[in-house]
Amino acid sequence: MSLHPGTAAKRKAPDSQHADNPAKVRRRSPTRVNPALYLFPLPAVAVVAFFLVMPTLQAFQYAITDWNGFSAAFNYVGLDNFIRAFTKDSLFTNALTNNLKFVLLVVIAQTAFSLVLALLLTKNSRGSILLRALFFFPTILSSVSVAFIWKFIYDPNFGLANSVLGAVGIDGGSYLGNDAQALYWVAVTQVWFHAGQMMVVYIAGLQAIPRELYEAAEMDGANKWQQFKSITWPFVAPATSIVVAYTTVQSFKAFDLILGIAGNPPKAALDILSTRIYSTFANSEFGYAAAQSIIFMAMIALVTWLQRRLLRLTPKGD
Amino acid sequence: MLASISRRAILAIYAVIIIVPLTVVAFGSFKTTQELFAGPFSLPHSLAPDNFAEVVGGQNLGSSFMNSVIVTAVSVPLTLFLASLAGYAVARLKGFMSWAIFGFLVLGMAIPAQANMVPLYVLFGRLGLLDNLAGLILANVVSTLPIAVFILGGFMRTLPKELYEASSIDGSGPWKTYASIALPLSAPSIAAAAIFLFVIHWNELLYPLLFIQTPGNRTLPLALLSFQGEFQTNYPLLFAGVILASLPVVVAYVFLQRYFVAGITAGASKG
Repeated sequence: MSLHPGTAAKRKAPDSQHADNPAKVRRRSPTRVNPALYLFPLPAVAVVAFFLVMPTLQAFQYAITDWNGFSAAFNYVGLDNFIRAFTKDSLFTNALTNNLKFVLLVVIAQTAFSLVLALLLTKNSRGSILLRALFFFPTILSSVSVAFIWKFIYDPNFGLANSVLGAVGIDGGSYLGNDAQALYWVAVTQVWFHAGQMMVVYIAGLQAIPRELYEAAEMDGANKWQQFKSITWPFVAPATSIVVAYTTVQSFKAFDLILGIAGNPPKAALDILSTRIYSTFANSEFGYAAAQSIIFMAMIALVTWLQRRLLRLTPKGD
Repeated sequence: MLASISRRAILAIYAVIIIVPLTVVAFGSFKTTQELFAGPFSLPHSLAPDNFAEVVGGQNLGSSFMNSVIVTAVSVPLTLFLASLAGYAVARLKGFMSWAIFGFLVLGMAIPAQANMVPLYVLFGRLGLLDNLAGLILANVVSTLPIAVFILGGFMRTLPKELYEASSIDGSGPWKTYASIALPLSAPSIAAAAIFLFVIHWNELLYPLLFIQTPGNRTLPLALLSFQGEFQTNYPLLFAGVILASLPVVVAYVFLQRYFVAGITAGASKG
């Protein structure tokens, strides 16, 4: 299985550096580049520039206005929208706190759990392959479908969780109805949804570890935990950084799942940044919604950067 | 011994946690509400597709299904086409230009869709692309083009340059080389990207929610979401909707599993 594009790209890096070396390139291929080739990327570049890059830059422009989306008149308000978000808008700070908590929960739980599944299913036996396909399955469903399935599991009166608990004589909870716990239950759903996808990334990483390393470690008398700590963990570090980065972005944007499971707009206990931005937008506060989007983007960038630092520092400390 | 038992236990428990809810949904879509609440795990009394008839006919999920088919059937090939053109140029151009084009296109992966939704909504409003399927198709293409270029361009770069050069020495122009060399040789990565895009476009919710007003223009995920408020606890009806929305992807998964895993995992590395 070539399921590991991250490392594949890294391994290819030296080659492309060679190609970038102008002296070598010129000597090796005297043929000129056909100018028609420059036409090929043009449609993609135009679409991305006009519909992706430009709107993103415009978000910065909108963010310093009080535009409502309809009237021709609006005022430039400087950084007021950003100040409002952090100091005067408890809905926004609530969504921000929820979002960071949700990301932290899902990243830790999903990374650990998908690694456990991958370790248990590394070997390409028939059973493993079948179980991998099963565990991967939820990933292909739409978020709204997954949300509906779990709404039923969590239903306090008729739901699956409480029927099962009731059958063994345990009083069930109210799950999503309990504001103190609701976010944790949605995190469980998110892990069920995507752990199988991350498991596949880990399996590719695990299968690339040379078996001789384990044999040598065993001869040296290393136990399973020591083998994991000094062979498996360092070797799957690239996979871990992919899993953590992807899970972070994915759980930052759990927009569809939250709307499906909590309704639109979601209650405060389940409001996250993307749903808050949408509510602000639906409330015709375009300028303010744009400012919130920029904070959202900055948060993703900040958290991703912090993680990269943390993950890079770990092997050095080993 | 102990390790082997706990391994089996963990795998078995998780398999149950996946299989049981899916089975309950499949069975439940044929039940009445009372029947579902009385015994969520039991087999349905009858296989009469009453709930399906209700969601398809009564709730217009049939037209939403067609809308989703149209949007996905256009946006997936269109994204692949634009991305493969760009990927091909990136593979054949040299030095700075190749790097700059690839970098520019792929950089878009770092922009979350929620970050530019306000200006995009305004822009689409000016272009008359709100509340119609053309707008949804364009939004799908825009949002997934960077990742598609990343997958396809990344693959085409690994094809030996001699293949392209041999073809152009034979007198083929760049277009012919693209169509007869680059595309066929990239088939595995195109298949993986196609599956990835299929899942993303079929399940897309944000853009329909932003753009679509008229119920007749809803795609499946949006139509399903609107069930949420209407049928709070009519789970059999919700389940019939879930089955209908998932069926095409599930059928494709059964037959093309290998590409699913490769495609969706290639998408995962974008972080």
